[in-house]
Amino acid sequence: MPTFTMKVFRGTPQSGDFKEYRVDSDEGMVVLDVIHRIQATQAPDLACRWNCKAGKCGSCSAEINGKPRLMCMTRMNTFAAGETISVSPIRTFPLIRDLVTDVSYNYEKAKSVPPLRLKPPEPDGTYRMMQEDIDRIQEFHKCIECFLCQDVCHVIRDHDDKKKVFAGPRFFIKIAGLDMHPLDTRDRTEFIRDTAGVGFCNITKCCTEVCPEHIQITDNGIIPLKERLADSMDPIVWLLRKFRGQRKQPA
Amino acid sequence: MDYETHEHDVIVIGAGGAGLRAAIEVAAQGVSVGLVCKSLLGKAHTVMAEGGIAAALGNVWPEDNWQVHFRDTMRGGKMLNNWRMAQLHAQEAPERVLELERWGALFDRTKDGRILQRDFGGHRYARLAHVGDRTGLEMIRTLQYHGIHQGIDVHMECNIQRLLKDGDRVCGAVGYWRNTGQIVVFKAKAVVLATGGIGKAWKITSNSWEYTGDGQSLALWAGADLIDMEFVQFHPTHMVWPPSVAGLLVTEGVRGDGGTLKNNKGERFMFNYIPEFFKGETADNEKEADAWYEDKKNNRRTPDLLPRDEVARAIRSEVKAGRGSPHGGVFLDIYSRRPADYIRKRLPSMYHQFKELADVDITKEPMEVGPAQHYVMGGVRVDADSTQATVQGLFAAGEVAGGMHGSNRLGGNSLSDLVVFGRRAGLHAALYAKNFGGQLVVDRGQVEPVVREMLEPFERSASENPYAIQADLQETMHTLVGIIRTESELKEALKKIEALKERAKKVRVEGGRTYNPGWHTALDLRSLLTVAECSALAALERKESRGGHTREDHPYTDDQWGKVNVVLRLKDGHVQISKEPLPEMPAELKALFQERK
Repeated sequence: MPTFTMKVFRGTPQSGDFKEYRVDSDEGMVVLDVIHRIQATQAPDLACRWNCKAGKCGSCSAEINGKPRLMCMTRMNTFAAGETISVSPIRTFPLIRDLVTDVSYNYEKAKSVPPLRLKPPEPDGTYRMMQEDIDRIQEFHKCIECFLCQDVCHVIRDHDDKKKVFAGPRFFIKIAGLDMHPLDTRDRTEFIRDTAGVGFCNITKCCTEVCPEHIQITDNGIIPLKERLADSMDPIVWLLRKFRGQRKQPA
Repeated sequence: MDYETHEHDVIVIGAGGAGLRAAIEVAAQGVSVGLVCKSLLGKAHTVMAEGGIAAALGNVWPEDNWQVHFRDTMRGGKMLNNWRMAQLHAQEAPERVLELERWGALFDRTKDGRILQRDFGGHRYARLAHVGDRTGLEMIRTLQYHGIHQGIDVHMECNIQRLLKDGDRVCGAVGYWRNTGQIVVFKAKAVVLATGGIGKAWKITSNSWEYTGDGQSLALWAGADLIDMEFVQFHPTHMVWPPSVAGLLVTEGVRGDGGTLKNNKGERFMFNYIPEFFKGETADNEKEADAWYEDKKNNRRTPDLLPRDEVARAIRSEVKAGRGSPHGGVFLDIYSRRPADYIRKRLPSMYHQFKELADVDITKEPMEVGPAQHYVMGGVRVDADSTQATVQGLFAAGEVAGGMHGSNRLGGNSLSDLVVFGRRAGLHAALYAKNFGGQLVVDRGQVEPVVREMLEPFERSASENPYAIQADLQETMHTLVGIIRTESELKEALKKIEALKERAKKVRVEGGRTYNPGWHTALDLRSLLTVAECSALAALERKESRGGHTREDHPYTDDQWGKVNVVLRLKDGHVQISKEPLPEMPAELKALFQERK
């Protein structure tokens, strides 16, 4: 049974520091197991969020050796025996305590996204959608809202003032998913440009790199949104849309 | 004593599928609603549901309809279900699924663009609408994003400790904010419980930390009845290795999509465990079982897809007879039966989860799986149509409510249960609130003792560790109130639970009130011990074997026990047990069971 030295951030918004714990790790353990072991045996008040411990709920996001990861999907055997492993809260959001941060920014942004506006159903009252038309959106729907992409996004992480005018990668794929929905009729062009601020993204793909669901956030979500904005300003595309009747209703 | 107060017409406790659907319905009725959840919004246990949502849409098999779904559900529950709940569920599930689609859910499609349905245990036809193996995520995200535009006040990371009453009526609840540790009181005309299950009382469970029996306990303490608490589902297939992931769910969809269970001799052992009750509809040879996936008219269903209670017991017997896998489970093989691309497309989470957490490639080798606690069929006794509990103003929907699934739940019937009865709970709670003319008073005298009790663990000089008590309870339930029960072990369990209750009174927590998991664990013990006791008491009472309750000392199903629910209610601080008759099924529904299928 290998023993690890865990350096876990302990503290409040006012003050805090890394504290060292020596912990045994059994076969197959993940970082979250080790954190639970610390809680049960050494530091019962160590604050961390978690729910499913299966990589499905996105609650246990943290920075492990400085890298944004899910604690429940980071195997201890990926570290060398005797290695010191640091665990700190995701840095972009205000600290509450220890490993828990205030992620309400994301819930506020969620509310701002204009929802679906469906076209009329088929005569039988239901809808038809072809699998090939929803494959791309189903990829976006894999998002577990761990907010690691938001954590690592430079626009949010390094520019507090941009938080007001920038929705972040999680919401770009949300918006892209609505925009590409085969039944949707809403035009979100203005929203995408002015409220969600997709223009601030400079495509460094950091979000895609940290996504535990391996969603191609940049290539499949953000770039198409940027192209849509460019198209909306192109008079030829605009005319084509108008004639083909594809123009969506304003948000 | 200081605390903040919020007032809503209705509060919904719990924000999984049932709670979200209830809150959406309350808002649609035009009354104010507060949605209180223990975690962040969108993290509730519904997120982990994998295989699908059962609804007789008839998209894949036009022969399917609500009567067939109703019959499957009742037979799966060994006829102990509340027939009216099972009927409403089967009738309304299709519309609830289509509603999810209108709200943005993207289910996998048939070739002609309709919602695809997959096979699952105990369902006669391919019936489960699904999104790969992450249907719960799709459902909760859809409800969450639809809900945020409906004017619902969401109170996140708030843990309710007790319901408040004005006379016979519920009038609110008291709890604390996890973030700050501050006390909060909600005043409401009606309360909907949608808090899920009780799995954290067991050691090996697929349930998340939140499943501490809060709603069942809140209802019991407020004077409501619980039923069927002896029926606990041990889902047959979970990961068994490595130890840290033991209990992680392996969807029944693996078998629905062609996977088969094998023992260490390579035998498909389920053919040896077909019970008399299901003989007529189950294939007794491999050829017929394999042909059934493509042709359901001329073949009977594979025994790999018998109801969960049957499969869980069979696996346990194989392991006990020494025919198990190296780590105490059995093998689940899809790799030799379906192409790798198909497996990755249909079961992406399973592929990912075995690869990342166990270094197993399910497209190249078998999985090792075994049973774990997964679901509780019992819960708050409710009126089928309105979901009202036996206390005025209190409603319950989803796993926290009892009756719908009888003694055993079919896979896929929980997600549909959430939205069918979530909507009904929201609707009837809203109507109740609208029709309520009087003034409700929140009595400080009820609030203050609860708050004092909550804060006591900070002040004690005793030294019991809350995590240790929780672990000891989990061990007790795992060894003494597991898949197979017996009188002596159940009595021993009850004795141990009593001792744990005493220890829980001596819990001391360190640190402050700001996001303190030690304190939260200490407070959860009260409900966890309550539901553990209820489950063991009811299991001791029911002297027969049926569905999710198997007694070694009473191994057969007994017709007399098939006519009653075990009912629990609190009297003078103690849990009282009684046997009460099941509601009588009307003749036209009874007829559905007489024809030979």
